Amino acid sequence: MGKTITEKILATHLERDVSSGELIEVKVDVALGNDITAPLAIVEFEKLGVKSLFNPDRVVLVLDHFAPNKDIRSAEQCKFVRAFAKKYGVKNFFDVGQMGIEHALLPEQGLVLPGDIIIGADSHTCTYGALGAFSTGVGSTDLAAVWATGEIWLKVPQTIKFVYYGKLNPWVGGKDLILHTIGDIGVDGANYMAMEFTGEVIPKLTMADRLTMSNMAIEAGGKAGIIAPDEITLEYIKPRAKREWKVYASDSDAEYVEVREYDCSQIEPQVAFPHLPSNVKPISKVGQVEIDQAVIGSCTNGRIEDLRLAARVLKGKKVHKDIRLIIIPGTQQIYLQAVKEGLVEIFIEAGGAVSTPTCGPCLGGYMGILAQGERCIATTNRNFVGRMGHKESKVYLANPAITAASAIAGRIVPVEDIL
Amino acid sequence: MKIAGQVFEKFRADINTDEIIPAVYLDTTSYEELAKHAMEGIDREFANSVSQGDIIVADKNFGCGSSREHAPIAIKACGVSCIIAKSFARIFYRNCLNIGLPIFECGEVDKIKKGDVLEIDFQTGLIKNLSTNETYSTTPFPEFMQKLIEVGGLMEYVRQKNRL
Ligand code: SF4
Repeated sequence: MGKTITEKILATHLERDVSSGELIEVKVDVALGNDITAPLAIVEFEKLGVKSLFNPDRVVLVLDHFAPNKDIRSAEQCKFVRAFAKKYGVKNFFDVGQMGIEHALLPEQGLVLPGDIIIGADSHTCTYGALGAFSTGVGSTDLAAVWATGEIWLKVPQTIKFVYYGKLNPWVGGKDLILHTIGDIGVDGANYMAMEFTGEVIPKLTMADRLTMSNMAIEAGGKAGIIAPDEITLEYIKPRAKREWKVYASDSDAEYVEVREYDCSQIEPQVAFPHLPSNVKPISKVGQVEIDQAVIGSCTNGRIEDLRLAARVLKGKKVHKDIRLIIIPGTQQIYLQAVKEGLVEIFIEAGGAVSTPTCGPCLGGYMGILAQGERCIATTNRNFVGRMGHKESKVYLANPAITAASAIAGRIVPVEDIL
Repeated sequence: MKIAGQVFEKFRADINTDEIIPAVYLDTTSYEELAKHAMEGIDREFANSVSQGDIIVADKNFGCGSSREHAPIAIKACGVSCIIAKSFARIFYRNCLNIGLPIFECGEVDKIKKGDVLEIDFQTGLIKNLSTNETYSTTPFPEFMQKLIEVGGLMEYVRQKNRL
């Protein structure tokens, strides 16, 4: 019986064969923490009393959730992480000025590579599966244990294979494919399992679209959302990587728990209604949904390709007078690129507010919190109750083009409506 | 080991970590502080009215969403002795084992009501409903996880394994 890409990566790190269902303790290549999860991990790590990190060069710390510090308490947390990074010699420490949203930043900086095992104390660590890595989110205690030992306990997951075929419709991208998939299998449809994205459509997607898909694997409960590397992946990796990497692919006779196929020509732009990412409707069935705010950003859709899409829609147009449009580039590099390409000018002229990179409103931190009863369309990944502010506010998830178009129309609309 | 307690609340499916501990409280590592806001996203009164040793029960996919360990910490720190659910989201499940908060996956939670008194045997994994005299089985933990539970969490396991 053949092996899946996930089984192969885990087997190489363990230096023996593995099969799904097995519990293993395996070596980790990269361990990630942020300003929210690292503080708890630091407390646990220091209680252990070990003198050093397993490998300071493979530890990454990013201050992105409540940074630039939104208040005194977040300032204290960032300070705590900063001191830890200094004390233990963590070079891959990203502070205000260099930082970006972690899952946009790590691939951009070449810190995560194909074939890696990446553990992050953040649920969207699954993003790096798009590079052909095994990458999954854990909690702070797990992170502390990895810092100390360089290893993690894992159950080798079973895999669901997703096959995307057919021609993509206009304004349909990775976000729509993954929302459609989550709508199909539900928010726990892939719980404990790896999702593997395949089919003729995948090689035609940009890295940005693929990262968006893998990013939201967790919204179906997935442990990983993995895509085998191809030419496009390597083109992305080569100029960035500063160490060796290895490319894996699933065998043709690998064992899957399930195979699901999607005809992409049937998939319209998708909108996830409150309060679950699985509560999706195609744009043609949205009806009349008026909004108060639109947010373009996050680790799901804050990349340069996403900003270009938004700019294409917004160019020469004005944001509806009753709408606040907030645009948050994912990293400093993306921000600079957006300035150079004139995208920021387009956003500001349209009446949008452009922010420094941060998670900000995505998890209800700051930079666009919703009041009671307000509705927001966002390119983010979660629309849980109260996710972006008041318990009685509502978040609708969509791709950057639909979000931009809706900001112009004042309600959720297809892009064609405002062109 | 056996524990007994009353079912303080029975929650629906897909309770997410934003409901268990809203993001505004992620700026602290204090257990006492987190305890005060447990389940606040779904029930403002929860932390005030739950008693030491109470049990919470839920439908499927409890703890979905973010990896914030603040979520199981808040539940544990406010006195809840264990969680019984049809299923748990993966990261939440790990976090509970790692911090030593007992959890049980049980297919028969539909039969449990708010206010029932339950007795749970950690060895056999059997739940006895003292209010109805029913007995429910739970999914047994694999050997490795059993070990984690026995030693009291991941850090203790790491300490023992690496002789720290
Ligand atoms: S952008 Fe949102 S989902 Fe992504 S890491 Fe930040 S808070 Fe989490």
